Amino acid sequence: MSNDGVNTSRRTFLIGLTSAVGAAGALGAAVPFVKSWQPSAKAENAGAPVQVDISKLEMGQRVVQEWRGQPVWVIRRSEETVSALDALNDQLKDPQSEQDQQPAYASSLWRSIKKEYLILIGICTHLGCSPLYEEEPTVELKEGGFFCPCHGSKFDLAGRVYQGVPAPTNMVVPPHSYLSESVVIVGSEEGETKA
Amino acid sequence: MRMVNGLIDWVDARLPVVNSYKKHMSEYYAPKNFNFWYYFGVLSMVVLVNQLLTGIWLTMFYSPSQGFESVEFIMRDVQWGWLIRYMHAVGASAFFAVVYLHMFRGLLYGSYKPPRELVWIFGMLIYVALMAEGFLGYVLPWGNMSYWGAQVIISLAGAIPFDILPFIDAKDAKEIGDALTTWVRGDYLLSTATVNKFFALHVVAIPLVLVALVFLHILALHEVGSNNPDGVEIKQNKDENGIPRDGIPFHPYYTVKDLPGVIIFLIIFAVVVFFFPTGGGYLIEKPNFVPADPLKTPDHIAPVWYYGPYYAMLRATTIDWFGMSSKAWGLIAMGGGIVVLFLLPWLDRHPVKSIRYKGWLSKLLLLVFAADFVMLGYLGTQPASGLAKTLAQIGTVYYFAFFFIGLPLAHRFEKAKPVPERVTGGH
Repeated sequence: MSNDGVNTSRRTFLIGLTSAVGAAGALGAAVPFVKSWQPSAKAENAGAPVQVDISKLEMGQRVVQEWRGQPVWVIRRSEETVSALDALNDQLKDPQSEQDQQPAYASSLWRSIKKEYLILIGICTHLGCSPLYEEEPTVELKEGGFFCPCHGSKFDLAGRVYQGVPAPTNMVVPPHSYLSESVVIVGSEEGETKA
Repeated sequence: MRMVNGLIDWVDARLPVVNSYKKHMSEYYAPKNFNFWYYFGVLSMVVLVNQLLTGIWLTMFYSPSQGFESVEFIMRDVQWGWLIRYMHAVGASAFFAVVYLHMFRGLLYGSYKPPRELVWIFGMLIYVALMAEGFLGYVLPWGNMSYWGAQVIISLAGAIPFDILPFIDAKDAKEIGDALTTWVRGDYLLSTATVNKFFALHVVAIPLVLVALVFLHILALHEVGSNNPDGVEIKQNKDENGIPRDGIPFHPYYTVKDLPGVIIFLIIFAVVVFFFPTGGGYLIEKPNFVPADPLKTPDHIAPVWYYGPYYAMLRATTIDWFGMSSKAWGLIAMGGGIVVLFLLPWLDRHPVKSIRYKGWLSKLLLLVFAADFVMLGYLGTQPASGLAKTLAQIGTVYYFAFFFIGLPLAHRFEKAKPVPERVTGGH
């Protein structure tokens, strides 16, 4: 092939331009393939945030709501319960919630947005059993808390794990927020995440 | 006969059949001094064929939406299904066994050194594809170890330290990690969506890549020619016809030599398939005979033996160095352990190829490396406690020291033996 009379800079420019358009097209064409890996509309519905009405919750009462296949507990705690938490610190593995088991807005001592309402995923961090809620003091839990019947793990009324039990970490606080004074939404931070 | 010849001529005028046969078989000159270690290339090929054949047959009875039930259906109800399934499951371990020995052969005789760098790189890509293939395949029976193994491995995507990038902070990094794991799972928890996806990757995508890479591996090998236990380039000594004096045609000499090796391998393989198909929990772990249960974590989540060394490295890091979590460092150690193998042709600065003519230091370092790799493999399958953790840490340090200090520098501290002009041994 002869290169006589060829405008090489024009040719280089056209090759570059064509390649760029082609690359942009390839990138665009990749979008549906990448996006199809996201949860389907069906999976999104099944994993959608759930709302819990807390207005009728009595002091000390617990409601259980399923979210993404897991039991979510909402518990109303009295002021005495919350103020008693501090005294337990030296019996716990991670009293300051330093492990990443909760959203940043629930990393306070009481592990919730509002002191009054504790929201937890009701699954033991050892082997996934669901602990029992011991509102009143028991032999194992003098201050009340959660006792896992499978292997005897103990948690206080903020879901903090005791020392000397098989569970390695505090119970998980799911992402949640307040849509109003009386409605909590679990799995979404669209509402208020401050007390 | 005339018709057959006529047909061959007709095809050959349109497709390079005779030429390719000569180039890759009857006139591919391989060194005449191959030893025991040279069986494992062809054995990998045998296992690949076994995996493809049994794999295709398994897809005829498996269904990803009923992973566990359909595997039990294959094991109990499909005629001879148990055999096909066990051939496939044991075949996975056999694949890694022969590939590890094949790779060790490369380390012994410097088969990755110039001009065979690309052969090594393609081989490494095969190894990585194989690890992906093995992981995806292990998830499909949807036993409890499938579930929890997948849980652990997919959650690694959430440990990628994106926050080392200057414009991403720790909170964003966690969100990116979470989004990535959701993307891989195709759901907010491990579910049928995940199994379906892994099934497609395991039976279509990765095998295609694997076969293409094997083709390139062999093509690159036949371009530069095979190395041998002496590390002598046989192409540098050719006779008047341009044929290497130390070479013999691959067919019939090595095809016939390989055949007994294949037979002995198949005998061993059959013994395992028939009498020890689960390998005492090392080939198929015990919790995998129980259906996946998101509410019941197995007491001890361990990888299958062939991932052991890298899993041990993943868990060996326990310190948050330079503001990065120990989990992220574990990921870096594990990934680095594989990446460093790609760099091998450029890390080994020894002027001599074969271990036969290297000095005592190189021999010692390689021996310890092999023992180290086996030890890490064992530790990776055991609970990480006290002594096991310390040993894994020492093992990980040695693993990297071997590549970054041992291989580049060993030749300065030892006297190599003279390399002969021609290969030794062989008949």
